[in-house]
Amino acid sequence: MNQQVQQDTLLSIRNLNVRFKQEDAEPFHALKSINLDIPKNATVALVGESGSGKSVTSMAIMQLLPQMQTLIDPASQILFEGRNLLDVHGAELRRLRGKDIAMIFQEPMSSLNPVFTVGDQIVETLMLHAKLSRSAAAKRALELLIEVGLPDPEKKIKAYPHELSGGQQQRVMIAIAIACEPKLLIADEPTTALDVTIQKQILELIAKLQAKRGMSVLFITHDLGLVGEFADKVVVMRHGEIREAGDVQQIFENPQNAYTKALLACRPQLEQRPLRLPVIDDFMKPGGFVSAGERQRGYQADDEIVLDVQGLAKSFDIRQGLFGKKQFHAVKDVSFKLARGKTLGIVGESGSGKTTVGLTLVRLHQATGGKALFEGKDLLAMSPKEFHAYKRRIQIIFQNPYASLNPRFTVEQILAEPMMLHGIGNNAAERQKMAQELLDRVGLPARSLVKYPHEFSGGQRQRIAIARCLTMKPEVLICDESVSALDVSVQAQVLNLLQDLQDEFKLSYLFISHDLAVVKHISDQVLVMNKGEVVEQGDSDAIYRQPKESYTRRLLDSIPQGWTGGTPALA
Amino acid sequence: MFAYIVRRVLQMIPTLFGVMLLVFVLFNVFGGDPSLVLAGKHLTAESLANIRAQLGLDKSQSAQFLIFVKQVLTLDFGTSWSTQQPVSDIIGSRIGPSLLLTGSMLVVDLLIAIPLAATVAYFRRGLTDRIVTICCTIAMSVSALVYIIAGQYWLAYKFGWFPVSGWSASAWHNLWYYVPLPMLMGLMVSLGPDIRFYRSFFIEELGNDYVRTARAKGLSERVVMLKHVLRNALIPVVTTVMMSLPYLLIGALVLETFFSIPGMGNAVVLAVNNSDFPIIKAITVYIALATMVFNLLADLIYKLIDPRVQLT
Repeated sequence: MNQQVQQDTLLSIRNLNVRFKQEDAEPFHALKSINLDIPKNATVALVGESGSGKSVTSMAIMQLLPQMQTLIDPASQILFEGRNLLDVHGAELRRLRGKDIAMIFQEPMSSLNPVFTVGDQIVETLMLHAKLSRSAAAKRALELLIEVGLPDPEKKIKAYPHELSGGQQQRVMIAIAIACEPKLLIADEPTTALDVTIQKQILELIAKLQAKRGMSVLFITHDLGLVGEFADKVVVMRHGEIREAGDVQQIFENPQNAYTKALLACRPQLEQRPLRLPVIDDFMKPGGFVSAGERQRGYQADDEIVLDVQGLAKSFDIRQGLFGKKQFHAVKDVSFKLARGKTLGIVGESGSGKTTVGLTLVRLHQATGGKALFEGKDLLAMSPKEFHAYKRRIQIIFQNPYASLNPRFTVEQILAEPMMLHGIGNNAAERQKMAQELLDRVGLPARSLVKYPHEFSGGQRQRIAIARCLTMKPEVLICDESVSALDVSVQAQVLNLLQDLQDEFKLSYLFISHDLAVVKHISDQVLVMNKGEVVEQGDSDAIYRQPKESYTRRLLDSIPQGWTGGTPALA
Repeated sequence: MFAYIVRRVLQMIPTLFGVMLLVFVLFNVFGGDPSLVLAGKHLTAESLANIRAQLGLDKSQSAQFLIFVKQVLTLDFGTSWSTQQPVSDIIGSRIGPSLLLTGSMLVVDLLIAIPLAATVAYFRRGLTDRIVTICCTIAMSVSALVYIIAGQYWLAYKFGWFPVSGWSASAWHNLWYYVPLPMLMGLMVSLGPDIRFYRSFFIEELGNDYVRTARAKGLSERVVMLKHVLRNALIPVVTTVMMSLPYLLIGALVLETFFSIPGMGNAVVLAVNNSDFPIIKAITVYIALATMVFNLLADLIYKLIDPRVQLT
């Protein structure tokens, strides 16, 4: 698709200005005079970080922005086949929605109605727009589910959303979207919540459907590296403005804007491991980014082993029948050694058991077998009282920086609580001083102490979570998908922070992630997990260079390739 | 499903036993001696012993408890100590009027509260929402006694729209003649909190992603609300309603007293005042049974309306 972009324009946004009303402030200017063209039969990628206005743009096209709070400049135009969508209302608008313009979203699970079967939710659209009878719509729904590659479609059509996996749910969303042959499909971060292997499948599916049906796709993502393989045009947004727009080849081979260059650079690469990942600010300052050289990783023979895990196992009981029980083995016989000042990466897809490993080590789950030797003592066999002394030394940072900080606590309370619990610092003043130093260490200003978590962005909250762990001066830090919910640019900052802290305090990390590029960047050793078992284990460079198992190879093949030089890897 | 029901029913046995033990201990330790109340002014050692023998109070504690167990198993609680009527007759005649009032009140409450809650949730922070919120708060803040006295004086006595109080033998006649005024008074108190409560369920659902999907499909706001949002918002409504069902059996004491309705509310107060152990035992056991059965029923209905629920 990359070469033969047709010149006809399907949708063009002219001078779009969107403001949001605020309680006691000037309206927030979310979109600043946006101009954007989507050609017929082409894929346009809209790329930017959280708050760049990319989702607002897509919602404005569909008129899904909350009416009460939104102010759209009267001079703004969104022309769809020559008609200004901003002037279309009521029944006319509803005829366009779902029929000519369809949309899929980031969270397929919550985007589907939980109380209706997936079949019903496709049938609803078909009956509404294509005016089919219920039985004809049901037949067509089945064809659509086959087309989007849902396994076992005859059975799954009667399933409820929660009975499907994330990838399957997104396929259903796509089936709903393409049901009425839309001219434009808006995909708003459709793969961000999915595993890397599933992401590849969904991207392939969208690219295939785009080519087959000759529709246009507006693909919205925070990850510029993702779109090189299938987009025709790329538009880069920041702070409500378009920074750069051009053909995919130009954007990847010859980016003009410093911000575009920064976005391309801040994603960890499989081929190299810089001492520090470049961040946006490096590119925005005069002089640009200067590489500081590469880092060598791997365990050394004289490494001191901090944590020695042997044959770790965890199973859950599932009730069956009248009094019966069945065992589900979440983790089976996992062994590894973690060295001081080094990082062990654990990779695997959802359900591989990688998170359970982390949770059993800090005893948030009770292990059903195995040992975890810390200084020669088995953490898993200790009494709760004995373990208390070790809690401080092994800490865990969770994935969701929004949910894992208490919203009713100020940052100072969040940081002081664990110190009080473990008797660190003699009095409140001393603890406050330590909290201040830690905030400074993770790059947050001292005035943050009196603020509440909701006043911070996702990346900042994850810094607070890291600072909270550091209050206890831990020796082992378990990072459970700690950067997965963050934008690529913010992810780079947090990864740099973790690296700095490791260098400074000789921390050992157990880094759990589904993102292989991130794990490669930060890990000395890597452990690949699948279905609760260890598939492969070894020095990270060795595993990535020469994976022994087919499962590892499959994971590696799913990593987005970025720009492949004009040979479309997909479609 | 079948295994689940069997397991839940089996769990009821120890629960019920616990309830019985608690009632028995509470009554025998703290309840006072009913024979003293029954003997009245002509208190002699002989009459006291007679009454005690009659009531079975001369038997040992364990024997008395065994009799209680037998009563629960046969659901025959003997005769009232104060009126000598069979307990089953008393409850049988009292439960009808109570259920007629509380049941019809619940139905009307739901019919008004759910649509109103959905409407104000849809127009949240708008003028309608504010007006309804203010009305609810005012209605909640006034005591039920004020409504009853004002209602009986103005609506019944002055305007003659309703009877002031009373009850007849015909259920139909009661429903359209005697029930409306007490029901109205009850609704004045219950609607406010219910509308506010259900409103929050609807607002929570309206914030969900599937609402955005439904709109993106091109569905009208009416279909979005009545099909997609309503079904989800009803899930917590069903929970709260099912939890309240057992209490319908006890009746509405204040309303029954003021409107001379011969319901359970009065019977309960009378029984407690007279230390009428058989009636208290019967009512407590029936309420406990009803709570357990309705809880099980609530879980089964849950499964029906929310496919995500797993019965384990």
